[in-house]
Amino acid sequence: MLEALPLVPLLAALLVLALAADGPRRAVLVAAGLVHAALVAGTFLVPQAPAYGGLLELDAPGQLFLALASGLFLAAAIYAAGYLRHETPGPKQDFQDGAAFENAPERIFTMCLCLFLAAMTVVCATRNLSVLWVGIEATTLSSAPLIYFHRHRRSLEATWKYLVICSVGIALALLGNILFSVAFYDPTGPGASMQLADMLPRAGMAAKPWLKAAFIFILVGYGSKMGLAPMHNWLPDAHSQSPSLVSALLSGALLNCAFLGILRAEQVLCAAGMADFSGELLVLFGLISMGTAAIFVVGQGDYKRLLAYSSVEHMGILALGVGIGGGATFGAMLHAVNHSLTKGALFLVSGNILALYHTRSCHDARGLSRALPITSALWMAGFLAIVGSPPFGIFVSELTILKAMLAGGHPVAATLYLVFLAIIFVGMSAPVARMVQGPLPPATRQPAPEHWLAVAPPLALLAATLVFGLYLPQAMTAFLNRAAAAISMGG
Amino acid sequence: MELFESVLVALICVNLAYLAFTRLRTLARLTAVQGILLAWVPLLCAGPGDHGHALLLALAVLAIKGIGFPWLLARTLSRLEVNPVIEPYLGFNLSLVAGVAGLLFSLWLETRLPFPPGLFPPLLFPAALTSIFTGLTLVVARHKALTQVIGYLAAENGIFLLGTPLSGQGSVWLELSVLLDVFVAVFVMGIALHHISKTFESIDVGRFCSLRD
Repeated sequence: MLEALPLVPLLAALLVLALAADGPRRAVLVAAGLVHAALVAGTFLVPQAPAYGGLLELDAPGQLFLALASGLFLAAAIYAAGYLRHETPGPKQDFQDGAAFENAPERIFTMCLCLFLAAMTVVCATRNLSVLWVGIEATTLSSAPLIYFHRHRRSLEATWKYLVICSVGIALALLGNILFSVAFYDPTGPGASMQLADMLPRAGMAAKPWLKAAFIFILVGYGSKMGLAPMHNWLPDAHSQSPSLVSALLSGALLNCAFLGILRAEQVLCAAGMADFSGELLVLFGLISMGTAAIFVVGQGDYKRLLAYSSVEHMGILALGVGIGGGATFGAMLHAVNHSLTKGALFLVSGNILALYHTRSCHDARGLSRALPITSALWMAGFLAIVGSPPFGIFVSELTILKAMLAGGHPVAATLYLVFLAIIFVGMSAPVARMVQGPLPPATRQPAPEHWLAVAPPLALLAATLVFGLYLPQAMTAFLNRAAAAISMGG
Repeated sequence: MELFESVLVALICVNLAYLAFTRLRTLARLTAVQGILLAWVPLLCAGPGDHGHALLLALAVLAIKGIGFPWLLARTLSRLEVNPVIEPYLGFNLSLVAGVAGLLFSLWLETRLPFPPGLFPPLLFPAALTSIFTGLTLVVARHKALTQVIGYLAAENGIFLLGTPLSGQGSVWLELSVLLDVFVAVFVMGIALHHISKTFESIDVGRFCSLRD
């Protein structure tokens, strides 16, 4: 089954390229999402042996992020089936500066979506640091055309920033990989293996200064892709300019993949008994990210950028949780689940809002509850979920991390964490509440009834995070504990 | 060893030249020189046992870095109607001084770092580090998007140089897929460049100012 996982989206990409009509292409996209999700679900039922000579191998952290990517992709694919029907080819007018533009061909867009899933699958399903690197670079290349779907100046600017910042970042992560090989260099041994199974047992004997250097480069390299401040500059631009379903995938799945790259390095450092060093760095970057997000969320006038900065915040929380260690690592794993579901839903909903109002301004998109009642309810619920209100899942995971911070004796970090969360809560609540209430802007066209393809996927995602807030199944707790243990025990 | 050291010295000179030259076309040609020099490195680094592996890698580097990239860059340059003179944020003289400072720093660092004995031949580490410095300088200190691509390439070449002595045994296809990834990256950047030049009527990244907070 593991062999088939990356092949399914690859075959779908070829099929999409070969098909002539748009309808069948969208069907292939949804089918690829369904088959992939079914296969991923199967890996939970049947333990998987390593595939392709050990290059693909599933462990708990990889499986967790794979399941998130696959589930979110399915939701985005179903949403895309409705979204693409409205994106007719031909010249259009940019609603912001009035310039003429065209969309990229739908064939290319759908193909890149499939390739993007294949690349993310490779990233999640490997325990080889070189394969992981190749996979992460492939995610950048397959997602860049997705950001540039609406071919106008601003999306081009965002794509270029994304390409350059992430490519340079990933090049630095390659340097980190090389430094890992230096750390593990043994002139009498069989040569440098980048397989975690070989590295972890020998980590205690590796050269410590080189391990430290390698971790720093990997943290900065993959961190720029993950959106950790101060390397996050591409993130708000790319998320605000890409089609909303792409933003959902970037935020809910891609950032996790980059985080997994950092987690793999963290595994090696924990196995080498250097968790203190790596933990401090993760806490530092986590708090800087949360602080940066807090600064930019307040007064933010663009609701998609608002969501993007919220992603910077949540990536900071993930880094912080893993850096603190202990129970917070479990909290971070749970947080990754809840953040992906919630942020995916919010970006999909923001697509519905953008489609009606043709503006990304929180000040102009008003009267949502009158115009789009279901979307409006989802927007409000998603907002409550993302800022950590009960009874949604993020409340539970943020509380778990806070408890672990207090128990582990990190009062300063805990205080900053609470202050930043409070600032972001206030900063986000004003624009969201303003959008939901108030009169419809006079120029708005009569809203059509909401189509199920536009509201069912975010509804399903939000329902899942609501369930995880109310009740965490025993099997899931055990699985997340295994993922957390694999990271902090270096196993 | 004589030949190897001359290759490394030549690589260092190419790096400084990247910072000093004022024409885009010269810079594109320099990537070819750097690629061809790099193709020698796997051959000269190879131990007695793994010549087949080293030869395959050297040929791949020659094809991708020595021919592929320069061809892509030259094609892009000839299709874009751009001002052939590089416009720097950081002047050419200052850039060169920064490059020399980077070189001195990496030479000093080589004497300070606890390298595993026998891993890196002398001069390889400074050559690689200077290349990375140069690349990053080109990315941040020049106006044109094309120089950012060339800078990315130079930095990547430095990282590749550092990795070559470690690549030794087995998994040659992994190194090949790294090369392929970088090739596709430059290809995608090339496509983006065409769109930038068409949409903005320039490849000056200074015009990218509509997205900010």
